[in-house]
Amino acid sequence: MISLSHYLVLGAILFAIGVVGIFLNRKNVIILLMSIELMLLAVNMNFVAFSHFLQDTAGQIFVFFILTVAAAEAAIGLAILVVLFRNLRTINVDDLDELKG
Amino acid sequence: MSALGVITLRNPVYAALLLVLAFFTSAGIWLLLEAEFLAITLVLVYVGAVMVLFLFVVMMLDINLERLREGFWKWFPFGALLAIVLAIQMSMVLMGKQFNLENMPVPAPHEAGYSNTKELGRLIYTEYVYAFELAAVILLVAMVAAIALTLRHRTDKKSPNPSKQIAVKRSDRIRIIPMPPENKE
Repeated sequence: MISLSHYLVLGAILFAIGVVGIFLNRKNVIILLMSIELMLLAVNMNFVAFSHFLQDTAGQIFVFFILTVAAAEAAIGLAILVVLFRNLRTINVDDLDELKG
Repeated sequence: MSALGVITLRNPVYAALLLVLAFFTSAGIWLLLEAEFLAITLVLVYVGAVMVLFLFVVMMLDINLERLREGFWKWFPFGALLAIVLAIQMSMVLMGKQFNLENMPVPAPHEAGYSNTKELGRLIYTEYVYAFELAAVILLVAMVAAIALTLRHRTDKKSPNPSKQIAVKRSDRIRIIPMPPENKE
């Protein structure tokens, strides 16, 4: 039988993969966005598991809102990416040094 | 899990497709957890909308892949070590005796007529209606922002401007030149 800790460990592994994805692919903005999605998926996994095992539907409501915000974030991030590529012809993070402080 | 491929693959298109696979498996796991509405929402929203958006952008921008990959293998052993340490630490905490998660009983499955969607809808429209409206506003703002960011006015085409056409005055078009009559005798 699958217990709660199995779900939590799966969430932890997903989160670790997301963190390392951000760590390794610092050059590529698209894969950075995908890693963020992966980390959000891990959080949602924990929410759903707790909501099931505690018999409380409020956790699923939270997952609903997280999905909403994640979709909005992905849409705006990709829009910014398209504008960036149109202006600079690159999405390499190292080339984005127009804004000198 | 296929999520490993998302961060390691060279081609972003394959990475996006593997992310789709990861979302599908998660949706299956959520179905097992009796969160049917959320599982279907995950498939529809993520696989249907967000990942199609990702694929669109990945294919629309022709990216020099080699330059984006430099430095990856140099940092890979360190990153992999970090990932393994992170996962093992969290697993030790979660599987350990102190947390006592093993004693959490598996809840009884719901009866046949139970509707997860109905329960979620009841909660959203009663207790969480304010947060629900906030989420709607966030989506609207995101839509407006995305359209406003990517909208561009083309200068290489010619088209009539209807509002200018309507607003035109008589004095804009014709000019009356007073001329003295000529007397030819």
